[in-house]
Amino acid sequence: MQRVAVVRFPGSNCDEDTLRAAARVGADAYYVWHRDADLRGADVVLIPGGFSYGDYLRSGAIARFSPVMNAVREHAEQGGAVLGICNGFQILCEAHLLPGALLRNARLTFVSKPVLVSVERTGTPFTSAYQRGALLRLPVAHGDGRYVADPETLAELEAEGRVVLRYARDEDANPNGSMHDIAGIVNAAGNVVGIMPHPERAAEPLLGNEDGAGFFTSMAAWAGPAAATHSPDTGP
Amino acid sequence: MSYRVHVRVMPRSGLLDPQGQAVEHALTSLGFTEGTQVRIGRAIELELQAPTAEAATAQARDMCERLLANPVTEDYVLEVEGR
Repeated sequence: MQRVAVVRFPGSNCDEDTLRAAARVGADAYYVWHRDADLRGADVVLIPGGFSYGDYLRSGAIARFSPVMNAVREHAEQGGAVLGICNGFQILCEAHLLPGALLRNARLTFVSKPVLVSVERTGTPFTSAYQRGALLRLPVAHGDGRYVADPETLAELEAEGRVVLRYARDEDANPNGSMHDIAGIVNAAGNVVGIMPHPERAAEPLLGNEDGAGFFTSMAAWAGPAAATHSPDTGP
Repeated sequence: MSYRVHVRVMPRSGLLDPQGQAVEHALTSLGFTEGTQVRIGRAIELELQAPTAEAATAQARDMCERLLANPVTEDYVLEVEGR
């Protein structure tokens, strides 16, 4: 059984949904407070959405310095799986566990709606349950979701197949002006994933949408660092 | 010595600045000349203790690199004032 730590910051607000989605696939899921320096033997770390520290200065900028983030960094360096959702993605970027940054949406409005995204990479601990190219309808809810990186970083992400989710192009789906329609990426080692959409809000029949459930079933099936996929999947 | 440091953090030029654009449009609709360009950043004031102005600058620069500015998307300028 996977031990899954859900990190809580002051201002996290998707922590309960995320814990529930993890528990639903049979994981031994528990909360870790941001002041804790110990992940208590976690196999997987989930950093949920919300507004940690009120988004002061920049989204995720202050959370990055919480004691728990040292433990998350160590966990990631040892090959442990990490998924940052929304504010979690912003925190992972600020902590330099993922490249780039998430800036104010291009149209300035807070966007809260379901959007269509395609799964671009299945070789991660959180997307193995999907077919490459699968279209998912997932909720987004963010004001700062415009993914930005320098041209070298973008080229590297594309060349290495590290874009995990992309806003679908066939219906004006890019809600925030993200470069290359990026909705989610993975680090070079393949174990740290950040996504703007909220799969935990679309993970069971009660919610009327199960498109996000695959993130959690993938996680439950993930066999640990030894089995982490280090090569990009460039299959058909 | 006590120093006051004015930090100005600006979105890197070339990056879309939607706030600047929105204000630009508002200025145009107020009747100000078209073509006015606006960029919006953040001003931070620090009061800090340091032996010299150079040390104060170095300290403030370190703060910018590590927290106050995002090196991926923002540039900053410092102005140090002795008190």
